[in-house]
Amino acid sequence: MTQAGHPGHAHAAPPPWRDVRVLRVAVQLAVLLAVGIGVAYLINNLTTAMGERGLSFGYDFLDRRAGFEIGESPVPYTASDTYGQAFLVGLLNTLFVSVVGIVLATLLGVVIGVARLSPNWLVSKVAAGYVEVIRNTPLLVQLFLIYFAVLLQLPAVRDTIALPGSIFLNQRGLFVPGPQLSPTFGTWLAVLGAGLAVAVGARVVASRREASGRPSHHLGLFGALAFIGLAIGGWVIVGDAPLTFDLPVPGRFNFSGGLALSTSFTALAAGLVIYTAGFIAEVVRGGIQAVRRGQLEAARALGLSEVDTLRLVVFPQALRVIVPPLTSQYLNLAKNSSLAIAVGYPDLFKVGTTMANQTGQPVPVIALVMGTYLAISLATSLLMNLYNRRVQVLER
Amino acid sequence: MSSRVVPVGFLLVALIIAACESSPSPSPSAAAEETAAPTPAPPPAEGRLALVQERGMLICGINGGLPGFSFLDSASGETTGFDADFCRAVAAAVLGDPTLVEFRTLNADARGPALQSQEIDVLIRNTTWTVTRDTDWGLFAPTTFYDGQGMMVRSADGIESLADLEGATICVQTGTTTELNLADTFGAEGIDFTPLPFGEIEQTYSAYDEESCDAVTSDRSQLLAQRTTLSAPDDHVILDVVMSKEPLGPVVPHGDEAWFNVVKWVVFATIEAEERGITQDNVADMVDSDNPIIARLLGADGDLGLRLEPDWVVDVISAVGNYGEIYERNLGPGTPFDLDRGPNSLWTEGGLLYAPPYR
Repeated sequence: MTQAGHPGHAHAAPPPWRDVRVLRVAVQLAVLLAVGIGVAYLINNLTTAMGERGLSFGYDFLDRRAGFEIGESPVPYTASDTYGQAFLVGLLNTLFVSVVGIVLATLLGVVIGVARLSPNWLVSKVAAGYVEVIRNTPLLVQLFLIYFAVLLQLPAVRDTIALPGSIFLNQRGLFVPGPQLSPTFGTWLAVLGAGLAVAVGARVVASRREASGRPSHHLGLFGALAFIGLAIGGWVIVGDAPLTFDLPVPGRFNFSGGLALSTSFTALAAGLVIYTAGFIAEVVRGGIQAVRRGQLEAARALGLSEVDTLRLVVFPQALRVIVPPLTSQYLNLAKNSSLAIAVGYPDLFKVGTTMANQTGQPVPVIALVMGTYLAISLATSLLMNLYNRRVQVLER
Repeated sequence: MSSRVVPVGFLLVALIIAACESSPSPSPSAAAEETAAPTPAPPPAEGRLALVQERGMLICGINGGLPGFSFLDSASGETTGFDADFCRAVAAAVLGDPTLVEFRTLNADARGPALQSQEIDVLIRNTTWTVTRDTDWGLFAPTTFYDGQGMMVRSADGIESLADLEGATICVQTGTTTELNLADTFGAEGIDFTPLPFGEIEQTYSAYDEESCDAVTSDRSQLLAQRTTLSAPDDHVILDVVMSKEPLGPVVPHGDEAWFNVVKWVVFATIEAEERGITQDNVADMVDSDNPIIARLLGADGDLGLRLEPDWVVDVISAVGNYGEIYERNLGPGTPFDLDRGPNSLWTEGGLLYAPPYR
């Protein structure tokens, strides 16, 4: 091809400093070198500074006795366990609140996102108001509000609200009966499995019919009924109750036994859900609006109901647009959970700072905490990317 | 409250900055003087004492949220308290002016890194002297306040001993020795409890005030001070137990013995002044004292090796008074705290305060 400006030298190779291929590689090498030097300089600074201050970089302390208690733990933990185990407790607490937060924030976000597009003036304005207020105030402020101004204003322990079914609510938390497995649980689980198989089978048949254009809603209902029937029937047949319940009992200071949902956890989870749902709502709205109007009109022309239009036509196409930004919101939620200490929830970051403080080894501990958050985020991204690949339309 | 997140990220940055300051150049001022003096390298600055004097300002790490020790007085807008006055005493000794202090508020988690990264000159923040901190954080100057860990509960709950707290939820501030002592004491006595941790002092006591926990534990002096900030101070009692030894005192960053000696002897000077009866009011007259001990303390024999002005003790005492005066002004009977001197009396009166000879 003839290059503009060089009519006479059409086929001669340009000198290297004008060859775009050489330049591309050269620029990349230069940038890489600059970044490498920058990173090396910072690392060198850090190690030099730590050496001068007599700080060592190592993780020996992970095997030492932690010596501090953690209020909430999904696994048994006492002060005589190691720092490593304390760190694990913090990690599990972070994962727990993140998973609960992500599930609930997604549900709430979708509802609000759809509501914002509702033709009902009141519904759409309420949803818009929610999004604007929540999205534009800091999460930390919201957490304080939820914890100190809402949840701690619930009745004190002595004035506990007793709900039917041994459920108790006070400012320390929500206490519900905790399920305990009994010996017959295995048998019942097998019956339950059979029920699940029937329900899944019904669902598969239903979706096949739907795909072939003959939707049948009562098949799904049949599956659900079969599952419930087998579950109840199995419970009666196995004789002894497969599950017993450990009831919360009032103690001198608070309820013990059963399952407790602490106020700290509730405040953090609620704060994360409410905050992140505001962003997810906008992501969902954007995704829905990205579906062409013609698709909607075509669905209506086919006589699909409003629900079916959303479920079968709009959402599958909107998901393509929704999933990538949704991933970012999930990552934000997991990282924002590090504000836990503000409401007294012992998460990864809280345990990490306590460890840094008590061991006098802030740099290794912070590096460990950062690495752990990075791992959580990368794992979340990976899962979401796999899902994203599934929902993308295969384009030719 | 963003200070929860800031100090840790800050730490890395601070370490890097500290490294930039110290590793490539012999002194922080060298970069500025590079152009001015090309031939002979300027004599290296003599440690932190020279650094503070050159800066003309003492950077003092304090709590900032603890009435009686260091607290922003809403009436005057000044930082007041026992710890704050010791910051001023150091400034008076080094700079001759007690007002040349930059108070830096640090939460419990941030104080260690602040010392390690050397971003503060001295930490006077009700900090307990322990062997780990002495080796990891910095050097502990003499104890200014002998304290012990206590437990505050609501009087309506009828709690009389720690054993009555079986099953209770206890509020505690993280990053403190208190958090560890709590686990130690209750573990040793086999008492079950649930800790409710907070990063900031304000939230710890708000949560207790809102009945989020049944008890709150900390140094007894802190409990007394914080009780005055609760919505109904009279509804709370401090149990008659002492769970630990909590010697609180100033800490200076590692690696500068001359600076450590300055801070150490400022504390001793206030104690010695009380023992010799030198007060804020009579210090000017005492300079001419016939008593050689008093005359030496107030500068008659010149500088005794600290490289301060010979009459630095006069500056300190006329600025903040002797130990007894600092104590009375901030924690004594005239204050809401009305704290008994107890172990914080002079050794001559059965207390633990004992200054080595100034000669």
